[in-house]
Amino acid sequence: MNDPASTVTPLLETRGVRKRFGSTVALDGVDFDVLRGEVHGLIGENGAGKSTLMHVLSGLVPADAGALSLDGAPYRPRSPAQAARRGVVMIHQELRLAPHLTVEANVTLGIESAAAGFLKSRANASMAREALGRLRRGDLPLGRRVGELSIGDRQIVEIARALARRARLIIMDEPTSSLSQADKAGLYDAIRRLTAEGVGVVYISHFLEEVAEVCDRATVLRDGRSVGTRRVADVAAAELIRLMVGRRIEEVFPRSPRPIGEPLLAVAGLAGREAPRGLNLQLRRGEILGLAGLIGAGRTESLRLIFGLEPLAAGTIRLLTAGGQVKQLRRGAAERLRWRVGLLSEDRQREGLALGLSLAENVVLAAPRTVSRLGWLRTGAVRTAGRRWIERLGIRAEGPLAPAARLSGGNQQKVALARLLHTEADVLLLDEPTRGIDIGSKVEIYRLMDAWAAAGKAILFVSSYFPELLGVCDRVGVMRRGECVELRDAAAWDPAALLAAATGPPS
Amino acid sequence: MSPLPLTPAPVPARRSAWSRWTALGRFTGLVLVIALFSALAPEAFPTLTNFRTVATQTVIVAIAAMGATLVIISGGIDLSVGSVVALTTVVAALALQAGQPPVLAAALGLASAGLCGLLNGLIITRLRIVPFIATLGMMSLVRGAAKLLAKGETVRPPFSWLEDLMSKTPPRPWMLVSPGVWLMILVATATSIVLARTVFGRRVVAIGSSEATARLCGIPVERIKTLVYALAGALAGLGGLMQFSRLTLGDPTVAVGLELDVIAAVVIGGGSLSGGEGSVMGTLIGAFILQFLRNGCNQVGVDNYVQDMIIGGLIIAAVALDQARRRLSA
Repeated sequence: MNDPASTVTPLLETRGVRKRFGSTVALDGVDFDVLRGEVHGLIGENGAGKSTLMHVLSGLVPADAGALSLDGAPYRPRSPAQAARRGVVMIHQELRLAPHLTVEANVTLGIESAAAGFLKSRANASMAREALGRLRRGDLPLGRRVGELSIGDRQIVEIARALARRARLIIMDEPTSSLSQADKAGLYDAIRRLTAEGVGVVYISHFLEEVAEVCDRATVLRDGRSVGTRRVADVAAAELIRLMVGRRIEEVFPRSPRPIGEPLLAVAGLAGREAPRGLNLQLRRGEILGLAGLIGAGRTESLRLIFGLEPLAAGTIRLLTAGGQVKQLRRGAAERLRWRVGLLSEDRQREGLALGLSLAENVVLAAPRTVSRLGWLRTGAVRTAGRRWIERLGIRAEGPLAPAARLSGGNQQKVALARLLHTEADVLLLDEPTRGIDIGSKVEIYRLMDAWAAAGKAILFVSSYFPELLGVCDRVGVMRRGECVELRDAAAWDPAALLAAATGPPS
Repeated sequence: MSPLPLTPAPVPARRSAWSRWTALGRFTGLVLVIALFSALAPEAFPTLTNFRTVATQTVIVAIAAMGATLVIISGGIDLSVGSVVALTTVVAALALQAGQPPVLAAALGLASAGLCGLLNGLIITRLRIVPFIATLGMMSLVRGAAKLLAKGETVRPPFSWLEDLMSKTPPRPWMLVSPGVWLMILVATATSIVLARTVFGRRVVAIGSSEATARLCGIPVERIKTLVYALAGALAGLGGLMQFSRLTLGDPTVAVGLELDVIAAVVIGGGSLSGGEGSVMGTLIGAFILQFLRNGCNQVGVDNYVQDMIIGGLIIAAVALDQARRRLSA
């Protein structure tokens, strides 16, 4: 990746960009620039203004004030299509592809070459092949439906689509959030190809290691302002975190004394339709047990099996009830909830929350009896419950009746957690609870997990982010191909060992 | 970057095998239906005359279903088909009654149907009303308009060649089948080409597959949707002309519930109401399966109520099978 030199005109430059939505100031003076062939990281907590800045750059919302220039010429896109015509394309976190159409059709969508309305199939195929070739991914079959590709390959298709539009600046929003390690390597490779051709990349990520790995420079946003740009090679991660939150890194993983007690949940020979394949685990009171592994290793499936959302192919799930009896769980989620087991879904948007409902309604969703009498809902009690959890978890919201859809990612996650706690669950199954949320909210969630464990709950914690597993957990197990291949005390692991265990010996 | 000992796993070539299997599965279904009734009624069912009759009976549903295929692939639905068919018969009959030449009468019928479709599209895209509700409203509105135009009665026009389009035996022997059947084949071929070979067709699929993606890629989503509904209206109108030809009169109360047969044909043919999925060949086979079932049941003497139950079961079974196969291949 090229060395940024100060003498050249930057590809993109922003000066004093401001944007308000009603009374909320989203951007309050952003200065940054991207050079040709540079990967420029954009980091900051949720609510720091990253999304708004991306939307301004990609033409979704206009800036109120400030100057943007592209290649030295003024740049004020009024729609994504207009931005694309200037060569600025955004790759969204949730990929924007038509799953029923082929690879070729997706790459050429909207810019198909045609004569009198009829597609020129050879020209379109070569357009798609060229774009994929530039990413060295000519191996992707042009005629395959995109819905049948892996997530990583889909992302490549979306990048190829940007290239087919002669993109000069590509904005990537959390591009690795759902990628496996192998796909990540593929993505980084594609990014290297882009920069070698002089394309600029704005790389938005919550993962500082990633920023350190792929970016040349990084700009930190805080409260809608750019607070600093650093050459990644010259700066320690701790410094970036300090810029982002003004907090010191040692405080990130709080740990209070947590006496480990008797096993609350014992899983033996757990097997599902495909994964896991014979999982054995014991989760003890006061313990946070981490599950590491690659995507597809069977971690999410294990949690869903334990919670009764997937059919059990084999194995037993036994629980020590609050009454001190051992209870074997055999039915569905309702049974789990009754016995105080709770699951936090990895898919906050679709499964974790009912986005159309209010904060308070979401909180009481799994425990309607707490707010009803003889089947009649007591709306006052719903509001009270909402208010209580806003206070206890520090949820930032207008009030208990605020629509869940309008909360930020971190606050949405807290609402989902509040719902678990409202059911008074003792065994918490948390699937990627910090995915896609800002560092500040992450730290708060770590603190909450620590407090719950110290209070005698047991937590099974699935995460793809090794540092947090190591920082938060008492023990960490690594899953590979549906089995737990190794379980150690957290102190006996380091990230390299976790990665090695997760990927397995080279075959 | 870490040179992990990992290469992307090769994805098995599944797509082509899968789509061939679905098309084949549907065709097998059609053959099974024909074989079943041929065995049950060997005298009456498998005859050239009867097959001609079935083909002619399929024409109306099949032509209207071509439009509905486009609509459903785009992620929408059109409930106004039956009403538009009725309006078309009334408009054409009134024009003939007023002494207009048959060509003009047909054109007026088609234009009024196209207009209804355009209105559907505008209500959906401009007023931002979901297709189900918009076309539900239009279903009642257009039916009422047809009755108003016809003053609540059937309209009896003088004889014209329009009545030959749907004769059960072709008006000229060299035609082999009635002109309506040829028209159906023509419309199906054209729709198929539009879907597979034109920019418009590809964009219709893109919108049904992921509207956000289509928008992001600069596709004029509203304009294309409007056009899809207008086309569907015009094709329903063409079906309406066939209906007129069959009845030889304008009847504002005809084709009540036709839209459900049309949707059933698309769905049996593999169309998905969540959009992106559907094919012309599938729809055509779906329409024929429905008609052969009806005809066969009549030949065998199964009464109407039981026929309805069989068809209902078939619709559910077809979709259930599709989903099971999709799960297996996913």
